[in-house]
Amino acid sequence: MAKTCFTEDHEWIRLDGDIATVGITDYAQEQLGDLVFVDLPEKGKALAKGDTAVVVESVKSASDVYAPCDGEITEVNEALSSDPALVNSAATGDGWLWKMRLSDASQLDGLMDADAYAKHIA
Amino acid sequence: MTGQDSLKTLPLGDLHQKAGARFGGFAGWSMPITYPLGVMKEHLHARQKAGLFDISHMRLFVLSGQDAEVALAKSCPLDPAGIELARSRYTFLLNPDAGIIDDLIVTRLGADRFMIVANAGNAAVDEAELMARAKGLDAKIEPLDRVFFALQGPAAEAALVHAGVDTGDLVFMQGIEPRENWFMSRSGYTGEDGFEVALPGADARSLVEKLLADDDVEWIGLAARDSLRLEAGLCLHGQDITPETTPVEAGLLWAIPKPLREGGPFVGAEALAAAIATGPARKRVGLKAEGRQPVRAGAQIKDADGEPAGEVTSGGFGPSAGHPVAMGYVRADLAAPGTQLFAEIRGNRIGISVARLPFTPHRYRRG
Repeated sequence: MAKTCFTEDHEWIRLDGDIATVGITDYAQEQLGDLVFVDLPEKGKALAKGDTAVVVESVKSASDVYAPCDGEITEVNEALSSDPALVNSAATGDGWLWKMRLSDASQLDGLMDADAYAKHIA
Repeated sequence: MTGQDSLKTLPLGDLHQKAGARFGGFAGWSMPITYPLGVMKEHLHARQKAGLFDISHMRLFVLSGQDAEVALAKSCPLDPAGIELARSRYTFLLNPDAGIIDDLIVTRLGADRFMIVANAGNAAVDEAELMARAKGLDAKIEPLDRVFFALQGPAAEAALVHAGVDTGDLVFMQGIEPRENWFMSRSGYTGEDGFEVALPGADARSLVEKLLADDDVEWIGLAARDSLRLEAGLCLHGQDITPETTPVEAGLLWAIPKPLREGGPFVGAEALAAAIATGPARKRVGLKAEGRQPVRAGAQIKDADGEPAGEVTSGGFGPSAGHPVAMGYVRADLAAPGTQLFAEIRGNRIGISVARLPFTPHRYRRG
């Protein structure tokens, strides 16, 4: 099982081979509440660490999800178009947001591991 | 912005905390925004059963005295003499330009007594305005210290009766004083049948506990209150109506008796008559976006040629409607239902059409 890293802005990222999957944490989805829309980016889009990659919208508000690392989007989770609530029910599983090819995998070293993230939200 | 620390807390704040509420600042108060049920389920619960809303941040005033009617006639575009006992009226405090300082519900409690319910954020301004307009008259404006809650939804009446409160034969937009220091009206701001009850803290605590023991009753937070009122096509002051909008543009002239549309003793009468004579340049309308992406307050609306057409003042997702719902102002020539417009959101062009309000039918008990 690949290691999952976390950002202070409540994104998770998991590298499998040279492709990383990104989503928001369970804590984040709980804070946001029921999601009604996920604004997914185009495949092939280049992201720099900290760029807004996706906007998730709850009944009440819109929130940005940032790229945890530099790279290029290789896939987006199309299932969210018809069922945005997947993020609520499975934030770290079927509710992933996008996959990306990292341009510098060493950027992951600057992120938190599960224990550090647990402390961050405690 | 005021910090969380300077926010006023609700008298029943501990009950909300116990219920697992998530709090947020609103109009100077720390308010329960959602409960563990979540906005979507809270919203649907209020439509299907009974939702309990703590609205103690709203302000109640008693206007009394021999000149109470005169003071009211000078304050609002109302004909107080024509308001029967226990009748409530939706009305406004207007500024001299006929801009809406606040929207109010006024209920006749007696020959020379009225209850006025004002919005939290405007309470201080309203009080000062009411005082100024009653100056020199035998009329007293007295803010009340009450817990205030709304119980909304098809099961609201039964829940109140089970909790020992006789709702009498009240119908929509009627209000009474059922017990000493209590005020109860059949009204609300969700489009559902329901009641608003103002009462002293100790009475409130035991009544709320009884109500919550009912399986049909759940606490509902401010987030769902907002989506409920938006689906019902009701204006939020500070957003959909402000001191810069008139009742003419807002489509709220129905709340002003016909003779007063040509003039009257109230502040703003001349400007209102002029605004009616000229006709509005922009109108408040319902807006329905294509697809599932919510179009929110502040979004700019363009016409088919890409020219500015208006702005969204409230927008979100309507859990009962099942699609995004919004309202806002558009150029008067674009205000007909069905008119195709679009909003630009994050570079995307979202189709949005003028829709009839409300998005979900009102279910008031009209008797």
